[in-house]
Amino acid sequence: MVKLKRFGQKLYLALVILFLYAPIFVLVGLSFNSSKSRSKWGGFTTKWYRSMFSNDTILAALRDTLIIALLSALFATLLGTVAAIGINRMKKLPRAMMLGVTNIPMLNAEIVTGISLMLLFLALKLELGFWTVLLSHTSFNVPYVILSVLPKLKQTNRSTYEAALDLGAKPLRAFFAVVLPDIFPGVLSGFLLAFTLSLDDFIITHFTRGNSVSTLSTLIYSETRKGIKPEMYALSTLLFVSVLVLLIFINRAGAKQEKKRLQQNAA
Amino acid sequence: MIDNKLIELVNITKRYDGNTVIDELNLYIRENEFLTLLGPSGCGKTTTLRIIGGFETPDEGKVLFNGKDITKLPPNERQLNTVFQKYALFTHMTIAENIAFGLKIKKKSREYIKDKIKYALKLVNLDGYENRMPDSLSGGQQQRIAIARAIVNEPKVLLLDEPLGALDLKLRQDMQYELIRLKNELGITFVYVTHDQEEALTMSDTIMVMNQGYIQQIGSPEDIYNEPKNAFVADFIGESNIISSTMVQDKLVNILGADFPCVDTGFGQNTPVDVVIRPEDIDLVAPENGIITGRVTSLIFKGVHYEMEVMANGYEWLVHSTDMASVGSEVGIRVDPFDIQIMNKPESEDEKATAGEL
Amino acid sequence: MKKKNTILLSTPYGLWMLGFTIIPLLMVVGYGLTSRSDGSFTLDNIRLIASPENRRALWLSVRLSLLSTLFCLLIAYPLAMVLRNMKFKSNSLLVMLFIMPMWINSLLRIVAWQNILERKGVLNTLLQFLHLPAVNIINSPAAIVLGMVYDFLPFMILPLYNTLVKIDENVINAAHDLGAGNFHTFTRIIFPLSIPGVISGITMVFVPSLTTFVISDILGGSKVLLIGNVIEQQFQKLANWHSGSGLSLVLMLFVLLSMALVAKYDKGEGSANVW
Repeated sequence: MVKLKRFGQKLYLALVILFLYAPIFVLVGLSFNSSKSRSKWGGFTTKWYRSMFSNDTILAALRDTLIIALLSALFATLLGTVAAIGINRMKKLPRAMMLGVTNIPMLNAEIVTGISLMLLFLALKLELGFWTVLLSHTSFNVPYVILSVLPKLKQTNRSTYEAALDLGAKPLRAFFAVVLPDIFPGVLSGFLLAFTLSLDDFIITHFTRGNSVSTLSTLIYSETRKGIKPEMYALSTLLFVSVLVLLIFINRAGAKQEKKRLQQNAA
Repeated sequence: MIDNKLIELVNITKRYDGNTVIDELNLYIRENEFLTLLGPSGCGKTTTLRIIGGFETPDEGKVLFNGKDITKLPPNERQLNTVFQKYALFTHMTIAENIAFGLKIKKKSREYIKDKIKYALKLVNLDGYENRMPDSLSGGQQQRIAIARAIVNEPKVLLLDEPLGALDLKLRQDMQYELIRLKNELGITFVYVTHDQEEALTMSDTIMVMNQGYIQQIGSPEDIYNEPKNAFVADFIGESNIISSTMVQDKLVNILGADFPCVDTGFGQNTPVDVVIRPEDIDLVAPENGIITGRVTSLIFKGVHYEMEVMANGYEWLVHSTDMASVGSEVGIRVDPFDIQIMNKPESEDEKATAGEL
Repeated sequence: MKKKNTILLSTPYGLWMLGFTIIPLLMVVGYGLTSRSDGSFTLDNIRLIASPENRRALWLSVRLSLLSTLFCLLIAYPLAMVLRNMKFKSNSLLVMLFIMPMWINSLLRIVAWQNILERKGVLNTLLQFLHLPAVNIINSPAAIVLGMVYDFLPFMILPLYNTLVKIDENVINAAHDLGAGNFHTFTRIIFPLSIPGVISGITMVFVPSLTTFVISDILGGSKVLLIGNVIEQQFQKLANWHSGSGLSLVLMLFVLLSMALVAKYDKGEGSANVW
């Protein structure tokens, strides 16, 4: 009875995971399909992986996607961390107001966010392109950074900061020496979250990019009607595999560190 | 006390991932008894309690309740209730709803439940708290609610898993008296798990000392304190001087080169033994009147008494006394014969753990 | 640093949010409530929602997003319970398992579903091989719901898992101890304690489902129009900002309404924090 239940649970888990990964298997399969038509299997090939590197459209989109993700995540992390420190010291009412405003872009429909930013840029007579996309991405990323950093700040023991001041450190020095290391995990996860969100964003980019810049998302969208270029499948497979390897590596390193810590505690 | 075995554990063995946590444990609990399972963390005491409560199934052995085998019975069908570590109150319910939970499951009438809630809250001195939420209560109050929630179901046995562990010292002491009072008013059996020896000595009728999955000693608080069966028990219960010695003959033991008269017999002649002497049983006298002499190396005022360390014959004796001897002074050491507790030396490490098994 | 000075650190962010969130939203309101021809105040843009095709699109959006939210909940809740029972030593592995797919561009994954669901797609090839009847849901509302469930399922799983895993094992033991069987333990203890996660999951699935235009574009062909598609077309194809903004206001109203409804049941901290 218990065994049957266990088996049922595992089966269910496996089915959901299959559902989540099915399209990824299809994409990987397509990246090795020599037929350009996606509904026909024309035999195994790696040619798309080679031609990918001479496809300027894809490479340019990849480059812009990465640059925008990196820069917007960096700006958002900077802006958000500094803001979180301020918000953390606020009294209840202004704090609630700030958090309320922070929640708007997270809860609002993306299409409305995208439209509203487009209207703003056009009203300011800014030409839609790289910079407007960058501004927009930074904008929707900041709230996520704040919400990652705030809980860490709450946990931080204020007296360590005061102890640093007491021992003669200037406030800024005390911050970098004592507070930042404490909240760093929150800052880092905020950065990674921002980077990921920016990388995957389509809707907001769609409304704020004009015609001069393409990210991978907008490139894919424009190709959905006429058919996705197989190089895109190859690129995605490559990205997926590299992230997978990276994550496994990080996880391993984390596990090793954890083991070491436990051993030290035991000793 | 009625000599009626309410719960019996027969040859219980429990393993986790190949580690044996409890090894062939046998134990009975009498009706109306306050039994304490005492031991360091990881000794198997909580696992024993959870087996009684039905949250763990033993790998081998049986649990009997009133002579009936309940080993496989799920917790919701057992006639006992548990007060959990950190209380485990239902945070989404009011105090009244928490207390009513078990009664509602049993489909008791609305009137009955209302009366019971009132009675239980009065019993734990929290009348009028019906509509509060658990989060708004202090640790001590939450503790009382956890007890109230358990006892309204009129269990035959109340299992308590380190219930006072999260409270501060003063509150803990108050709650000890409270628990004794409750037990007397309810007239039911308590099985209590703790690592705090003082708690165990204060409240219990019977203490079971456990270590490494084995029972070290079962007995009344006085027995356990005054006549520890082995060095582990002696060391775990209160402070003591445990000294490797030789039994010269009946009623005479050689401690650190000096012969002390004692009351124990039957150890044979020139047998290596362990001797336990409680710090408060050592009399400091003038050097010429001592069986051995030594020099005071430290002195701390503890309120009720002084705590001193005396270096004598190569051993640092721990002494509690209301008379003080200043550091550096020479003193004589005497011990009344009946205050010397003689124990057989364990023959191996393994036996050290099993030595007290009954 | 003095407290006042520390608080001032949030000024740049405050200004940023004013400039890039509040003013843009006010502009949507402004455009939505003014006439395209002469800029005077009008409700005509809002009234556009009453036209038969727009009303149909909005109604369809509401229905499909409700359905997808329901399916997500039905799939994710048992899953989160299973995951809770498995007692992972670290949940980083688990989170990884459900976040990994998100590292492939979500548009591309939806395109892959197009591939799977097509008339002669992966699924039907497989079904044919097994001698089972073919499934033809591509370019239909069913395919859109499937796409929504697929895209937003992790947003339901993670908050549910996070609240379920935080329930103290002893609280569940206590319920059993007090006589509750599995059914009562679930309905009276586990489910009520998981409501913050349920709420957060519902908002995180419902809002993007209600407002999407991408999933319907790819999996619905051009046959099925959702309110998101209508708005997108107003802006990108017709360049009519006034009517687009007006319809956006209606959409925002729906989002706000649904969140207010949901917030009524949410007593705890901000639901976004569950993430």
